[in-house]
Amino acid sequence: MVSTHYRNVQHDDASSLTVQNLNKVYVRADGVETEAISDLSLSIDAGELVSLVGPSGCGKSTLLRLLAGLESPTRGSLLMGPDIIQGPHADRGLVFQDPNLFPWLTVRRNMQAGLVARGLLRQGKAEVDEFMKLVGLESFADSYPHQLSGGMAQRVGLARALVNHPRVLLLDEPLGALDAFTRMRMQDEVLRLWQNRGTTMLLVTHDIDEAIYMSDRIVLMSPRPGRVDRIINIDLPRPRQRHSSEFFQLRTRILDLLHLGSATEATL
Amino acid sequence: MLGSTNGAQRASRRSHLRPATGLLLSAAILVLCAWQLITLKFALLPLPYFPGPELVLQSVVNDWRLLLDCTWHSLFLLLGGYFGGVVAGLISGICIGWSPRIRYWGMPILKTIGPIPAVAWIPLALVIFDSTWVKAGSIIALAVWFPVTMLTASGISNVRVAYLDVARTLGAGRLYLIFRVAIPAAMPSIFIGLFMGLGTSFLTLIVAEGMGVKSGLGWYIDWARTYSEYARVFAALLIMSAFFSTIMTLLFVIRDYVLVWQKGVIKW
Repeated sequence: MVSTHYRNVQHDDASSLTVQNLNKVYVRADGVETEAISDLSLSIDAGELVSLVGPSGCGKSTLLRLLAGLESPTRGSLLMGPDIIQGPHADRGLVFQDPNLFPWLTVRRNMQAGLVARGLLRQGKAEVDEFMKLVGLESFADSYPHQLSGGMAQRVGLARALVNHPRVLLLDEPLGALDAFTRMRMQDEVLRLWQNRGTTMLLVTHDIDEAIYMSDRIVLMSPRPGRVDRIINIDLPRPRQRHSSEFFQLRTRILDLLHLGSATEATL
Repeated sequence: MLGSTNGAQRASRRSHLRPATGLLLSAAILVLCAWQLITLKFALLPLPYFPGPELVLQSVVNDWRLLLDCTWHSLFLLLGGYFGGVVAGLISGICIGWSPRIRYWGMPILKTIGPIPAVAWIPLALVIFDSTWVKAGSIIALAVWFPVTMLTASGISNVRVAYLDVARTLGAGRLYLIFRVAIPAAMPSIFIGLFMGLGTSFLTLIVAEGMGVKSGLGWYIDWARTYSEYARVFAALLIMSAFFSTIMTLLFVIRDYVLVWQKGVIKW
């Protein structure tokens, strides 16, 4: 789909993402500086699904927070379409690794939070119930978050972001706490929504299989300070077969690139 | 038929009280008996300062109109002062907790003025206000204001940043962040402030009623003491205990309702 690592900034669609020469330096209270991201450039087409893979501490989550607008870059620029990203916006949803459900709201009200915040509850109410079914939590609609398991909470967190119809969805290991079966089912659901809605998605994952199964491109990042190490295009036709020989070849290649070729473990 | 059931079932059929309640009740009766014995039978305590339970009960019956009137006046004053203090405390607490700028200027003021016991302001209140009710009410409000402000501010400023981040990526504006995230998240802390405020308001009520009010439980005790009518003093104490514990229970009921989402997370 995309053959070059760097493409000229295309302002054709408002939901593309462009990161140019991004630097993010954290200054601790004692004055010590830590460079989390160093000179990172990356562009993601509108409607593309890109995975970020790399060891812990390579700045993946930081990059998502920057793109969400929750933090501002030290140097460089972040664009959504032609616009500089300044502060958070409902157009760019972020699903956190820890779903951070509001403990004082029931599951249903948690999922409605975005609609309430934007004054769209009336229009979106029916869709909330649909999503509740989609993530299989109708019977927990009136439960409070502390009554949910980690996996259920993650599904609510994902649904809460999806209900909001963001044009860009930033996913920080959104399925990490799910069991293998639920995880595969949710991957398919996310893919279905992605295809139906044309949402631009950036997925941080530790699971190589998930990255291959879902993404158009996989961005391998190198650690401390985080920068793009390599970009791999996944040209497998969709829907993808998890056990095809092409799938395994790609997997072996990526593991080799991560110097984990001999390891049998598919996660980092 | 009774013979065929076991003891526990028989007991529960005879009385709907749980065993624990029954124990408490018998203990209360024992205390009454002991009181009767110590005061009337053996005259161990000096009269008229320690009358027997009969005399106290007699005073309650004889004075019920006056006591009712006094309770009513105390309630009116207490609620007026308490709500005034709570509203002021919530407003100042939310402002101090939310805005770093208000915190910068507000905290020093709070820390220097807050610890002064509210009753120490009585001389000023006497000069500033005309109406006795406003004088006494403002002192109670001041007593309530400090703990409510302190705990509201601390609750608001300690809200998990992640909750605010989630809300912002869902498109929340400032009003949503304050009223739908920060305040609900701070509620447990706010309720601690409300309980502390209620405690000090009882104390302050009794003292403030010495500022020239014409009716009230504190006033009644003062009046009865002047005439060495100690049975009446005890009668007022009895009413006060019922009165204050009812209000305290009401606040517990409100808390259980508002903080229902904490049930199962925190031991109450």
